[in-house]
Amino acid sequence: MKKDIILAGVGGQGILSIAACIGLAALREGLQLKQAEVHGMSQRGGAVQSHLRISDSPIASDIISEGKANIILSVEPMEALRYLPMLASDGWVVTSINPFVNIPNYPLLDEILREIWKCHHYVTVDADDMAKNAGSIKAANMVMLGAASPLLGLTATSLEAGVSELFAAKGQAIVDLNIKAFRAGREWSISQIKP
Amino acid sequence: MEKKLLLGDEAIAQAAIDAGISGVYAYPGTPSTEIMEYVQASAEAQNGKIKAYWSANEKTAMETALGMSYAGKRALVCMKHVGLNVAADAFINAAITGANGGLVVLAADDPSMHSSQNEQDSRFYGKFALLPILEPSDQQQAYDMVRYAFDLSEELALPVLIRITTRLAHSRAGVAQRAVREQNELKLPANLRQFVLLPAIARVQYRDLLSKQEHLRKRALTDGFNIYIDAEDKSVGIIACGLAYNYLVENFDNAKVPHPVLKVGQYPLPLDMVRRLYAECDSILLLEDGYPMVEELLRGMLQLGKPVHGRLDGTLPRDGELNPVLVARALGLQTTSGQPVPQIVKARPPRLCDGCAHTDAFMALNEALQAYGRGRVFSDIGCYTLSALEPLEAINSCVDMGASITMAIGAADAGLVPAVAAIGDSTFTHSGMTGLLDAVNNNSPITVIILDNSTTGMTGGQTSSAFGKVEDICRGIGVAEEHIHVLKPLRKHHEENVEIIRKELEYQGVSVIIPRRECVQTLNRKVREKARAKQAQE
Repeated sequence: MKKDIILAGVGGQGILSIAACIGLAALREGLQLKQAEVHGMSQRGGAVQSHLRISDSPIASDIISEGKANIILSVEPMEALRYLPMLASDGWVVTSINPFVNIPNYPLLDEILREIWKCHHYVTVDADDMAKNAGSIKAANMVMLGAASPLLGLTATSLEAGVSELFAAKGQAIVDLNIKAFRAGREWSISQIKP
Repeated sequence: MEKKLLLGDEAIAQAAIDAGISGVYAYPGTPSTEIMEYVQASAEAQNGKIKAYWSANEKTAMETALGMSYAGKRALVCMKHVGLNVAADAFINAAITGANGGLVVLAADDPSMHSSQNEQDSRFYGKFALLPILEPSDQQQAYDMVRYAFDLSEELALPVLIRITTRLAHSRAGVAQRAVREQNELKLPANLRQFVLLPAIARVQYRDLLSKQEHLRKRALTDGFNIYIDAEDKSVGIIACGLAYNYLVENFDNAKVPHPVLKVGQYPLPLDMVRRLYAECDSILLLEDGYPMVEELLRGMLQLGKPVHGRLDGTLPRDGELNPVLVARALGLQTTSGQPVPQIVKARPPRLCDGCAHTDAFMALNEALQAYGRGRVFSDIGCYTLSALEPLEAINSCVDMGASITMAIGAADAGLVPAVAAIGDSTFTHSGMTGLLDAVNNNSPITVIILDNSTTGMTGGQTSSAFGKVEDICRGIGVAEEHIHVLKPLRKHHEENVEIIRKELEYQGVSVIIPRRECVQTLNRKVREKARAKQAQE
């Protein structure tokens, strides 16, 4: 088992929380893991990415090779496209369709969607809407984790345990909300992915 | 033992705690910041067993650590690569004094300049200082090397330099800990003149350092961090330093490289291993995630020997960090690529946060400067450097910590009057104060804007040494009271702020203007923590 995942978004959108949940789940399942994060300057509203590698055998490089990623998991639609050179020919794009507009020349959403539709395998998610229904728009990142969950090679039980562990310090209500968001994303994704 | 999922930085911090350090000293700098933060959050630091606090700059941190070593205890000092420039005086001379308690210097380099102004390679400093250098290839080895480095430092009575890069510092992997070692007792150096670098003593100490070099080379052969991995295909022999080894083996199933490989993790280089690789292989390929330091040595100025490939002959790019694909290309292996980035994708550079005080401060400055035209604002290193970009385009320099004030003095001397310096509160106490003293002593016609957000913002909100002291420092240095102004950088005060700045720009001496409003990131964090504490109480 080996999964190379590119996590993408804009600084402050919570991709490191997604990475942490996957990391905790992978540890639970006794897998090896490497996760390269971006800290520092680029966090300030800039494009951010994290390379997450899970495997049942030792992992050498902290970063994924071009054209080898199995999944691009993006909490922002334009950011999903930024990393297409990293994606393997049979890889999946799992992305939110909610733009984060903080630049004056942000493209039209329709143009972005047309590019996403060109990918062989993709799941598009209205993460903000699902997160709102779960109780808070802030849980959009957990919706996206749920949406990617059927493709990660990890069980939903391990991932939910990871979510619970990550948010435990913030109280049970926050844990429940995030689990609800996770499940909403997962259900949507399962309905979209042809078996 | 169960493995912990740790950043490279955190693995280093945990190893230092387990190695029995009594103190860690640092100034925040990406990618090294998380080392101090991890120690600060540990039980050992919380209960006062380990001193763990931010120093005013890397030089004071290095010297404080040296003082702890003098007293016989173990100390770690951490910095980003350019921080070692600031600490260089202390660092180079610490090689001459030597250590008493274990002293480990951690420099985190940033090839590709993710958050830096250059990509200098700290290994050169280690070589320059004639000290042992360790360069881990992964998080576990980072842990192991820190443990080893403290023992080696005490055994040889020398500081040890550990060099990491951004990828290792900010990447997480499972790390196994080893048994915790007790801290050292207080113990003065056996020779109380060891740290007195009077010429007569320094000459003796320097000869002692030189005499240790042969031993250092031997240790690089025997201590297990340099490994010779033989293989059949001797058309090329590969030297892979630190992290670059991972990018090499990533390209081969089960990490089985068909060529002989020398994996380097400790310097000075293991001469016998290098000699063997050179003798047995037709050519040499150098993989270094940094400057071509080893490559230059092997190649020689006249290139009289076997072909040596790497960054200097274009086999690999001359700059930037390595990755598995670049290494594959260097070996002539097939590489893959996904789809190109669609043209509609636009750059999304970092920017000042919404509501950031710096934005209001620079909008006021820009307006006040309109009468003089653009090109006269010297700035410094911090979040506010982002004001160089659109939409503010407010500053014209960013060179090194503290350079804003001193460059403004020089430009004013050249006739660019008024000249403006824009510097953050933490950068001001790091390296701006001495420049301000120069300005006062010369009565330079400059206006110094000290952007006080009451934190070290760019690195994530660490305590600023300047907190609550900025005006007092300026007064103490000799800036006239009537030319020190504290502003509230808010849109509603824009007009009055512009007016104050405009007046001071006209003044033919040193003025200091302090726009003061807390960083929105640290403010929001405090609000969240308060709400959480209140919730917990209920």
